[in-house]
Amino acid sequence: MQILLNGEPVATDARDLQELCAKLGFAEAKVATALNGSFVAAGRRGLTPLSPQDEVEIVAPRQGG
Amino acid sequence: MLELYGERFTSRLLLGTAQYPSPAILRQAVQASSAEIVTVSLRRESARVRAGQGFWELIEQLGVRVLPNTAGCHTAKEAIATAEMARELFGTSWVKLEVIANDDTLQPELLGLVEAATILSGEGFQVLPYTTEDLSVAERLVGAGCTVLMPWASPIGSARGLINKDGLKALRAYFPDVALIVDAGIGAPSDATEAMELGYDGVLLNTAIAKAGDPVKMAAAFARAIEAGRLAFEAGLIEPRDMATPSTPVAGTPFFKIDRVS
Repeated sequence: MQILLNGEPVATDARDLQELCAKLGFAEAKVATALNGSFVAAGRRGLTPLSPQDEVEIVAPRQGG
Repeated sequence: MLELYGERFTSRLLLGTAQYPSPAILRQAVQASSAEIVTVSLRRESARVRAGQGFWELIEQLGVRVLPNTAGCHTAKEAIATAEMARELFGTSWVKLEVIANDDTLQPELLGLVEAATILSGEGFQVLPYTTEDLSVAERLVGAGCTVLMPWASPIGSARGLINKDGLKALRAYFPDVALIVDAGIGAPSDATEAMELGYDGVLLNTAIAKAGDPVKMAAAFARAIEAGRLAFEAGLIEPRDMATPSTPVAGTPFFKIDRVS
């Protein structure tokens, strides 16, 4: 299925957010996630199924003012 | 001591971590500034580049408290989701709450700011809102649970200093028990001193240090400027006068003649 990952269209067969993070190599990484504009806690990623056209954000620490 | 949400700090300088020439200079600038709180953000992580992972290692090595921001958010909803992601990522419920109205001025969108501050405070966040000197908005932010307010001095990155000094003075006078930190628009160390002389509790800045010719030296300059301004406030500044008044005693002046006195 097609989803929007960090603003870019990508094809994935991940069934849920946890699987998507693992496929991207983020299983152990310092990242946080949101689905369709709402925060999804790390502990709930496996309980958050993905659907076509979902908008996923995966973010990490960065410089800021 | 600077007290923010029950935590005490020796330094009154809060430093941004963006725009430095290199990670090594960022590290040295933080050390030279004596800052105990640094601001950070979160951004989309690429599976290929993974830039955030290295940055996080650098921040952990600094051993300072992090204050995550919600920079770039244009709605309360975006800011709330960003704050929630930041809380998990950085392990702190402190958030520098920014809801931006437009990209030319980067001024706070005050209605969205109050809405987000209210919701986040309800969720247990300690909100440090980037706001203006507007008293009615400040009242609402305090009502929402904020015990720290961070009014701008002038637009972010503009280096124009305190463009509404009277407004900042009024805010200080109206909210004597709220920690007030000037956030944004500081250009020179003298701007920071001026804010501290008004009785502000601290100064948050980034660009003036990061983009200086020598960021490490400028960080040291700001540390001293902020300390000087605070000492001056505590010492009590004299009132300005329209006319001159001699500092040397008049009594006993040689050749003194009474008809010279106007």
